[in-house]
Amino acid sequence: MERKLISARCGVINPLSIDDYIKTGGYVALRKALRMERIEILEEISDSKLRGRGGAGFLTSTKMMGLAKESGPMKYIVCNADEGEPGNFKDRFLIENDPHQIIEGMAIIAFATRANHGYIYVRGEYDHAIEVLQWTLLEARKHKFLGNNIMDSDFSFDIELRSGAGSYVCGEEFALIESIEGKPGRTRVKPPFPTSIGLFGKPTLIQNVETLVNIPAILTMGGKAYSKIGMPNCTGTKLISLSGNVKNKGVYEIPFGISIRKVIFELGGGIENNKKLKMVQLGGACGPFIPEYMLDMLIDYERFEEFESKTGAGAIIVVDDRFDLFDLMLRVVRFFEHESCGKCTPCREGHAQLVILLQKFIDKKASMKDLISIESLARVMHQTALCGLGQSSPTAIISTLRYFRDEYIDRCDIWTN
Amino acid sequence: MIQLKINNIELSVPEKTTILNAARMNNINIPTLCYYPDLGLQSDCRICVVEIDGQKGLATSCSTKVREGMVVKTNSPRVLNARKTITELILSNHDANCTACPKNLKCELQSLANKLGIDQNRFEPVLRVKPIDTSNPSLIRNPNRCIKCGRCIDVCKNVQGMNVLELMGRGHDAEITPAYGRFLSDESCTYCGQCASVCPVGAIIENDETDRVWKQLHDKDKTTIVQVAPAVRVSLGEALGLPIGSIVTGKLVTALKLLGFHYVFDTDFTADLTIIEEGHELLHRVTNNGVLPMITSCCPGWINYAEQRYPSILSHISTCKSPQQMFGALAKTYFTKIIQKEPKDVIVVSIMPCTAKKYEAKRDEMKSDGIHQDVDIVLTTRELSKMLDQMGVDFAKLDETPFDNPFGITTGAAAIFGATGGVMEAALRTVYEVVNHQPLESIELTEVRGLDGIKETSVELGGNVYRFAVAHSLSNAKTLVDQVSNGTSPYTFIEIMCCPGGCIGGGGQPYGTIQKTRRDRIEATYLLDQSMPLRKSHESPAVKEIYRAFLGEPLGELSHKLLHTHYHSRQHT
Repeated sequence: MERKLISARCGVINPLSIDDYIKTGGYVALRKALRMERIEILEEISDSKLRGRGGAGFLTSTKMMGLAKESGPMKYIVCNADEGEPGNFKDRFLIENDPHQIIEGMAIIAFATRANHGYIYVRGEYDHAIEVLQWTLLEARKHKFLGNNIMDSDFSFDIELRSGAGSYVCGEEFALIESIEGKPGRTRVKPPFPTSIGLFGKPTLIQNVETLVNIPAILTMGGKAYSKIGMPNCTGTKLISLSGNVKNKGVYEIPFGISIRKVIFELGGGIENNKKLKMVQLGGACGPFIPEYMLDMLIDYERFEEFESKTGAGAIIVVDDRFDLFDLMLRVVRFFEHESCGKCTPCREGHAQLVILLQKFIDKKASMKDLISIESLARVMHQTALCGLGQSSPTAIISTLRYFRDEYIDRCDIWTN
Repeated sequence: MIQLKINNIELSVPEKTTILNAARMNNINIPTLCYYPDLGLQSDCRICVVEIDGQKGLATSCSTKVREGMVVKTNSPRVLNARKTITELILSNHDANCTACPKNLKCELQSLANKLGIDQNRFEPVLRVKPIDTSNPSLIRNPNRCIKCGRCIDVCKNVQGMNVLELMGRGHDAEITPAYGRFLSDESCTYCGQCASVCPVGAIIENDETDRVWKQLHDKDKTTIVQVAPAVRVSLGEALGLPIGSIVTGKLVTALKLLGFHYVFDTDFTADLTIIEEGHELLHRVTNNGVLPMITSCCPGWINYAEQRYPSILSHISTCKSPQQMFGALAKTYFTKIIQKEPKDVIVVSIMPCTAKKYEAKRDEMKSDGIHQDVDIVLTTRELSKMLDQMGVDFAKLDETPFDNPFGITTGAAAIFGATGGVMEAALRTVYEVVNHQPLESIELTEVRGLDGIKETSVELGGNVYRFAVAHSLSNAKTLVDQVSNGTSPYTFIEIMCCPGGCIGGGGQPYGTIQKTRRDRIEATYLLDQSMPLRKSHESPAVKEIYRAFLGEPLGELSHKLLHTHYHSRQHT
């Protein structure tokens, strides 16, 4: 069931050895790219129908074309390695086990879009990943895969490492840009989008770690061949961070189109300690909770969009029946209350009120009016917040109001107005 | 042109128009809170959301540009519910004790809540009361009323280039404060009050001293004197129901008399006097190899800026006191003698377009007898309009009264002090004539007029051509001051006003000042100048008389003592 396209080297090679990487086909794609016309590379990516793996699922080629079209002497490629979403650990897995892939992917994109400088913004808490990347950058530079005249071509490109101070919202692209610029991590008003005015006011392409490592794979096998993997509109493979009350926790690479049930029960080996599965949270803390009867849903961006949320980061958090839905939601909402940047009203004030309302349900003191209030507030936050954080954080509540509504009503004091 | 539909009405608007402006151009009102014309886009209150066909979620109309064929709904149930919910959220974390707020009935949040029909809040109050910043004589910052709209940050950062205020902390603890939660007085705040003039609620507001004035007016042992700054007469009217740009000089004098002031004088008189003193100082510096360029000193926001951020250039600033303080000094010396009173029994009140003037009046240097402040109380234009409201004056119907003498006869040169470039123009009208012994060809120096950030002109004086420059708002001032500081300034004389547009756009002016308001007030200012029989300061008979009867000569010993001052470094670490 697994299809190892981007994680094939993980656990096999010594991640700190550039020789290991080169021996297993590393930097072949970059060498190939440097001999291609830039437009050919863009076409290959376009043919592959690759979508961003950070969560939003935006077509990578569209973003790349956007950057390629921009003129001007300075253009940036930024690798978003600020993996802070609870339940997600696939980017760390990639960095720690096969770091050169990221560099190679960034260099290819930079060459294709005529970008001159790159940043890897890595989560501040990822101490080991940071050390690995530092070493990897040194090695890549030493072997002329970075720096001036890469592989003796006339193409020059280098990458710097940056990390934040632990703020979750810095994974949001504009907050990330602000953070690299040395400012507090708060988003900006869109449009303009980063591809036109981004880092230091210059055109900037931001891609998730997993998206970037797909680039060498696509160039190696060809965009058309790549597009045959997975689903028609959702091509390639996806790394799944499987965690919670499941036997075999870890990162798995599967082609799109596998059901959630198969991932949990076949790859994950089922529920721990012979407990019963109660629900699953998809994507991470900002994703929906779904009940057992929905597990046959296939992993596919198109299906995930049903939840009106960006749940494509690839986490599956399994929860067994010992756990209380409202305790979990309170944790989720408290997390976002803490991580909200405070800039826009719905997110800043909304989370504080969601905590109060949830507490009423936990204390069984909620009224039917509170049920309407929490539903309305969650929807308004989803529809009006300035950035992805506030737009997606109410998903847990919105989804449970849909699939676990009875549990809300059971906790209402129906004798109170 | 772009064709679109808003609320089923077909519209055609220019490309790149925002939905908000497209709607407003066509009389469809979308409520806003953080949006302020002329300022940068915050887009963080989310009140102005609208529904766009085919788009998930709601879009903020302030930041979304129109597209061909767009179908927009500004009042759908989804939009109204979102707007109402967001307003309730803001109110849940706001000190909504409205009747105890100086912004009552002028508050944009209150008005929005009213329009949306919010009579109760579904959400629990979550306000954690924080201390109020009363560290300075000009501005009071009450964080409990702050709704984090970000306008004050934007005006402080981008218009004034100061960065005194910033959004600190995150999530529900986010708070707009000076760095590290310190007081305004610990930062290099210039007290310009631009933040107060754009604050939609009562979170930053001038230190209200109307009660102190009422008390003095009712004290039988006190003689009360009031002076009115040039910029107030073209702006007060709009706070009292008259059109923007109304000239209300005569009504203003009547109103002040009705309030009970014994003497109503004109700061324009000391503006004329400033021109004489400052003009002579300029000539003295030019002919004696003095420090050049010389920079004007009328604006206390600018003085605060220079003392805190550019102490190395203080010798460039004219030693002349501002017209407000020249007036105070003469009132507490020359005039008290005329009316045979002791300075302690005389109360001088100023009506100013400015919040920094409150700080200036309290400076240690501003005590002519060494004990009493020359100016006792400074009111902003807004505070005066509040007193007139309290008294129940129907301002529009008042008769006109002239200013009292001896500080009542003034010239057009003084009248234009309130507009950016006005001091420069007034000075050149006099200096040109003093040096060249002939009047300027045209006394209207249009090069230094208008709202361009930095303006310049050159004038021939005694056979040499000198260059002059004018800047308004501190970010523009910085450009000129940096040149002075690194020795590359090509100018001989520079006018700097801290607020955009000059004093007519001051931080104490009626709420709602935007670029159009500034333009209208400036137009009124120049009309006033044109209507004056005398238009050059040195022609003022009142000025001639005070030199004859009291001061002696410009830059003379008494002038030096009463009309000039000194500055000192107040750099913060």
